[in-house]
Amino acid sequence: MSPPLLEVHGASKVFRLEDREVPALLDVSFDVREGECLAIVGESGAGKTTVANLILGVYPPTDGTILMHGEPLPARRRREHRRAIQLVQQNPLSTLNPKRTVGASLRLALDVHRIGERRERPEIVATLLEEVGLPGDFARRYPAALSGGQRQRVAVARALACRSELVVLDEPTSSLDVLVQARVLRLLEELKPRRGLTYLFITHDLSVVRNFADRVAVFEKGRLLEIGVTEALFAEPEHPYTRRLISAVPVVSREEELVRDRLAEGGLNA
Amino acid sequence: MRRAFAILASNPLSLLGLILIGIILICAIFADFIAPFPEHRGAVVDFANFNQAPKWPHLMGTDLVGRDLFSRVIYAYRISLILGVVVLGIAVPVGVTVGLIAGYFGRYTEFALMRVTDVFLSIPPLVLAMSIMGVLEPTLINGMLAVTAMWWPWYARLVYNMTRGEKEEGYVLAAELIGASRLHVMFREVLPNCFPSIVTKMTLDLGFIILIASSLSFLGLGVQPPTPDLGSMVADGAKYLPDSWWLTIFPSLAILIAVFGFNLIGDALRELFGADQ
Ligand SMILES: Nc1ncnc2c1ncn2[C@@H]1O[C@H](COP(=O)(O)OP(=O)(O)OP(=O)(O)O)[C@@H](O)[C@H]1O
Ligand SMILES: [Mg+2]
Repeated sequence: MSPPLLEVHGASKVFRLEDREVPALLDVSFDVREGECLAIVGESGAGKTTVANLILGVYPPTDGTILMHGEPLPARRRREHRRAIQLVQQNPLSTLNPKRTVGASLRLALDVHRIGERRERPEIVATLLEEVGLPGDFARRYPAALSGGQRQRVAVARALACRSELVVLDEPTSSLDVLVQARVLRLLEELKPRRGLTYLFITHDLSVVRNFADRVAVFEKGRLLEIGVTEALFAEPEHPYTRRLISAVPVVSREEELVRDRLAEGGLNA
Repeated sequence: MRRAFAILASNPLSLLGLILIGIILICAIFADFIAPFPEHRGAVVDFANFNQAPKWPHLMGTDLVGRDLFSRVIYAYRISLILGVVVLGIAVPVGVTVGLIAGYFGRYTEFALMRVTDVFLSIPPLVLAMSIMGVLEPTLINGMLAVTAMWWPWYARLVYNMTRGEKEEGYVLAAELIGASRLHVMFREVLPNCFPSIVTKMTLDLGFIILIASSLSFLGLGVQPPTPDLGSMVADGAKYLPDSWWLTIFPSLAILIAVFGFNLIGDALRELFGADQ
């Protein structure tokens, strides 16, 4: 088993509002290992995005620590930490700045982290776009001229631009239609070994989990119920909640997925 | 840009606005060539022709010392536009920066900056300008200063409100997570999204600033004679109504046309940018 890339130790998060406190995450511990895809599942409000935000450093935990490569991550992240952990958001409509070209959005990552020589950067941007299956001249386009699937590809390219190690995917395909979903997922699947990435994949789609994730963590009401290897967890869910979660959703197997993919081949460019 | 122009020109009201403002701009820029009596912008006296009703070569008649009113209106437009451009040139950058910082930083910064803005906003504009002019000498520079002091808070408020909304957008989070500086997020990510509203407001405001500046000089607090100014012309002429009606009517119409024209374009821009999103 590969060593842990990221460790979450006893993390809690309480949101203090004016009139009350919302305990969003309660004493959660787990690790993400190098090169794996760890899926996080759970109902709406279970604390999935909260745990992602703690890892990304959007806000600090109320309690607990997060380590990367064995070193604790500070509340105020340095540039190097920002580079190493990137996010692909759920909503393709807002993830790119409507007033900036796709190229400018990617270029920002290169400029901030001083990747490549200044004059090489336009070339790097084009290469990144091609790497996620888009033509290099998309750099000149504005997000309005891109489909949802294309925007998510740009968001993936942005994570690649940073040469990040851990990519947090917060329901990256849930607002795309099924055919486009399959293509974006396949892109993510290809990129992971090629770029040596590690995924923290938040999703509602148990089919995705089954076919994509090495391990699964099940969250309920801010607690981590169980975590384990995907097949084992699906075969013998320990917790009644997990059992219900699994039985509530029809899970599409790899074979059925292939049929879906073949249908997608005939479809439009994702 | 060309498309925007085509859309503006296709609507009769915005076309009218474009024409009106186009004429005013041309008059103001080429005043030296258009005004039939360019030297009448200064302290010239021509008692042979004083207080004459409109009649060739004095299209709008002459004033009490015999100066050509049409020439003076054209030069007054130039002064008004310079005033408007200078006021907005200071008020917009100041207001926009305050609004961006307050909206993006939040917390204490927001509290402090927006309270100051609110104080300025709660004083009636003319009162603020008059008190500034009361302390300072009533010169053109001080007039600009006074109008600027009461104009920036409107931009601060506008941009503050927009920034608070934009801050929640995913692209801001994305830029922050990449590690971009606050300066970058505010001015390169958020500001471009506020641009349409800012430009629209600037167009509308040019008309209002001309109006405010005229009100100030109507009260004797703005541009000083012999420099031509629409507000003072109306004020001086009003004493001789209704006999010497041209002294008041033409400068008033000039103000009206400017305000009306900038409003038409402002409304058209608002629609244009609104339809874009
Ligand atoms: N900034 C915040 N302020 C106050 N409460 C919050 C905040 N963010 C999240 N919460 C609350 O914390 C709980 C967990 O939210 P979270 O967004 O992590 O859920 P989630 O598992 O991502 O749900 P979903 O599947 O709907 O995205 C919810 O009850 C939510 O209302
Ligand atoms: Mg969520």
